Amino acid sequence: MELNSNEPTGPLEDRWTKHRDHGKLVNPANRRKYTVIVVGSGLAGGAGAASLGELGYNVKCFAFQDSPRRAHSIAAQGGINAAKNYQSDGDSVWRLFHDTLKGGDFRGRESNTWRLAEISNAIIDQCVAQGVPFAREYGGLLANRSFGGAQVSRTFYARGQTGQQLLIGAYQALERQIGAGTVEMHTRSEMLELIVVDGVARGIVTRSLITGKIEAHVADCVVLATGGYANVFYLSTNAKGSNCTAAWRAHRQGAAFANPCYTQIHPTCIPQAGEHQSKLTLMSESLRNDGRIWVPRKKEDVTKAPGSIPEKDRFYYLEERYPTFGNLVPRDVASRNAKYVCDDGLGVGPEVAGQRRGVYLDFAASISRLGKKEVEDRYGNLFEMYERITGENPYQVPMRIYPASHYAMGGLWVDYNLMTTIPGLFAAGEANFSDHGANRLGASALMQGLSDGYFVLPFTVGNYLGTVRDLPEVRLDHADVKGAVERVENRIHRLLNAPKPSKTADEFHRELGALIWDKCGMARNEAGLKEALAKIPEIRERFWEQVKVPGTGEAFNQTLERAGRVADFMEFAELLSIDALNRDESCGAHFREEHQSEEGEAVRDDEHFQHVSAWEFTGDLGKPKLHKEPLVFERLKPSTRSYK
Amino acid sequence: MTERTMNITLQVWRQDGPSKPGKFERYEAKDVSEHSSFLEMLDLINEGLIKEGKDPFSFDHDCREGICGMCGMVINGIPHGPQAATTTCQLHMRKFKSGDELWLEPWRAAGFPVVKDLVVDRAAFDRIIQAGGYITSRTGSAPEANGIAIDKKTADAAFDAAACIGCGACVAACPNASAMLFVSAKATHLGLLPQGQPERKDRARTMVAQADAEGFGGCTNHRECEAACPKEIKFANIARLNRDFIGAMITSSDDVQKPQPTR
Repeated sequence: MELNSNEPTGPLEDRWTKHRDHGKLVNPANRRKYTVIVVGSGLAGGAGAASLGELGYNVKCFAFQDSPRRAHSIAAQGGINAAKNYQSDGDSVWRLFHDTLKGGDFRGRESNTWRLAEISNAIIDQCVAQGVPFAREYGGLLANRSFGGAQVSRTFYARGQTGQQLLIGAYQALERQIGAGTVEMHTRSEMLELIVVDGVARGIVTRSLITGKIEAHVADCVVLATGGYANVFYLSTNAKGSNCTAAWRAHRQGAAFANPCYTQIHPTCIPQAGEHQSKLTLMSESLRNDGRIWVPRKKEDVTKAPGSIPEKDRFYYLEERYPTFGNLVPRDVASRNAKYVCDDGLGVGPEVAGQRRGVYLDFAASISRLGKKEVEDRYGNLFEMYERITGENPYQVPMRIYPASHYAMGGLWVDYNLMTTIPGLFAAGEANFSDHGANRLGASALMQGLSDGYFVLPFTVGNYLGTVRDLPEVRLDHADVKGAVERVENRIHRLLNAPKPSKTADEFHRELGALIWDKCGMARNEAGLKEALAKIPEIRERFWEQVKVPGTGEAFNQTLERAGRVADFMEFAELLSIDALNRDESCGAHFREEHQSEEGEAVRDDEHFQHVSAWEFTGDLGKPKLHKEPLVFERLKPSTRSYK
Repeated sequence: MTERTMNITLQVWRQDGPSKPGKFERYEAKDVSEHSSFLEMLDLINEGLIKEGKDPFSFDHDCREGICGMCGMVINGIPHGPQAATTTCQLHMRKFKSGDELWLEPWRAAGFPVVKDLVVDRAAFDRIIQAGGYITSRTGSAPEANGIAIDKKTADAAFDAAACIGCGACVAACPNASAMLFVSAKATHLGLLPQGQPERKDRARTMVAQADAEGFGGCTNHRECEAACPKEIKFANIARLNRDFIGAMITSSDDVQKPQPTR
């Protein structure tokens, strides 16, 4: 396996233009002869399928939900960044590039990050033209806000529903193409295998979630836009159905998996209420703009009503430790500090599994400064959501928050064209290892999904097809197609026929998730990771021996769907931990406790780890092969982050 | 934060497929925490059924944050249950009390055939959007975003309509199983914006025609849809849709676009 990033050379500013100017095009009359499979219908997949269909390719799009509009991109709340500089506060493509690369702690690819910043402005134009109702000022022009610690206001938003509005825009464009016959949509269809013929991706095997029918679909190339793997922790802010199956199946067929240990933890989520909890709910971190984070200074105060604790007994730990940024420190710093104060016994809220995991996010000062009305205008929908879930009124008592797994920066390794190490297989959006390095800035996930879908794939997929031109025909009775179908059938048979069926897939998922969250979550160390690596194969073995799945494979069977996804998380979790152990430095969201400054900041080791870790599947889950893509920074010299 | 627990009796609609007969089956949920969500209470029962080797009942859900529109069932006759402006997944057990008996049914409408138990097929909504619920805008050739100013009031009103999550509760609540609240939300969202003007009347006409072809009923002003909508989409949108629709009938010389075949 060779990692060639295929980046254009020359000045950063010109690379994307130059790449497009020199790429291959496909004649409009020939485009319909090419079939492109797009798996996933979120911002990257939906926008990609719609745009490729509009260009005239014969597109087949797949989603496991009942409609492409349900993809989890819909749940993003905060906003989408762009370097429009509408506020005249000094923003530019350069600054957005700079902030994104630096925010990623110099573990992202410079060319990709620049391209993302460059495309950002066209995304906003595109979305407005589609009718996305962004927030506006009284003069009728688009409004912006500052987000996630940025020094400029470059975030476009649609109340707390930016992801929903952007996704509906892409969904409508997609439905237009479905109606026009250029895109064939397969809903309630789950990709369970990748078809590789002569080393080239040529199709997928799906299971209809309604009838259980296993089907092979062949194509000229395949795009995976299947999201991230945060649900490996069981409790996360991802949708219940979000999974790593498509990416993992591709990895097993030869696609390198890059930087799996870069997992983002979001600091402002509603804490777990009890053992029964099925998912965690994120609240936009814009709340940190006006909320003050604290815990009691004394352990004996943690069960007291927060209002009864006098000011001097409150520990505003972020404001004290990071006076410049205070409550607006980056996500990982905010998250880790919350964990530490709770580990010290200062956490508040209900005790779950022996610990109180929650800190106060207090709006009392803002309410007295701005008035209740202004706070309601800014955060009304979030306050309502909080009250609906917890039964507590945040205008009267401080919110309780705790970090939760939220986003995966790691993913399938891709080159500048978003192509994986398998020719003909592309990965877009959260599913690739992306442009975010070791940590993603707030409001950048939506930007990347739409950049990949609307602007990058339509060119790079065409460039690939124009380069390979005539691929040999693959028939459904081809040995490699039949082999892929058989692998799917065998796996389903195994899931339905465990030798000693006694536990549910969710029970195993909870067990795995608790272990990974504890040992490979916000803070990691060598001993803990080794412990996780010893336990994962054992849990996996018990899973295959004891998992209980009633019913058959030839029918609607949600238990079977879940079990299949959990089975893949069981394998993926091992790679995640191996990568975290191998990356013996702290960078961005990957925090190894052995590598921290006296103030508890991440300490990078550029000499040994200024590279992308891309793992190749070897057949032995415990022994993947590491390939390194060195990271070269021509424009921005790696600096040390300081939020003091 | 103290914790109260409760015992709930459930009567759940079980049905194997669109043409199969269905019936209610009774289940008991014991010691349910008031802090658990409604769907977590259902998870608990299903986990028990799986362990007994029985077929757990099926229900749709995904984000569990009230935004994806995947979940939804009729709880004691009310789509999404008793709490106003709340999806099924955002409903919490503190809204119920020990001893409650809850009857759970799928959305019932000719346009939403039952897939299994509480799961229905809502592809008709996608086909209504295909018929015209979009603004034709070619990827990559859009004009500068601030080129057209839109007054805040209009933008906010468009946003209110755009908040629709496509869950289908409006159809389930309507005695005619009409989809007009859904159709009107899209027609209003796009029809209020300057970008949506060129296709405004055609959009109203083709979407309404598709809703008819899907088997949804007409609107006779019961306003049950508005009461059931978890996103508080306003009934007044239907009046706006009707204006566009009638305008299209009077001013358009085109043939009415043929509705697409259903399923």
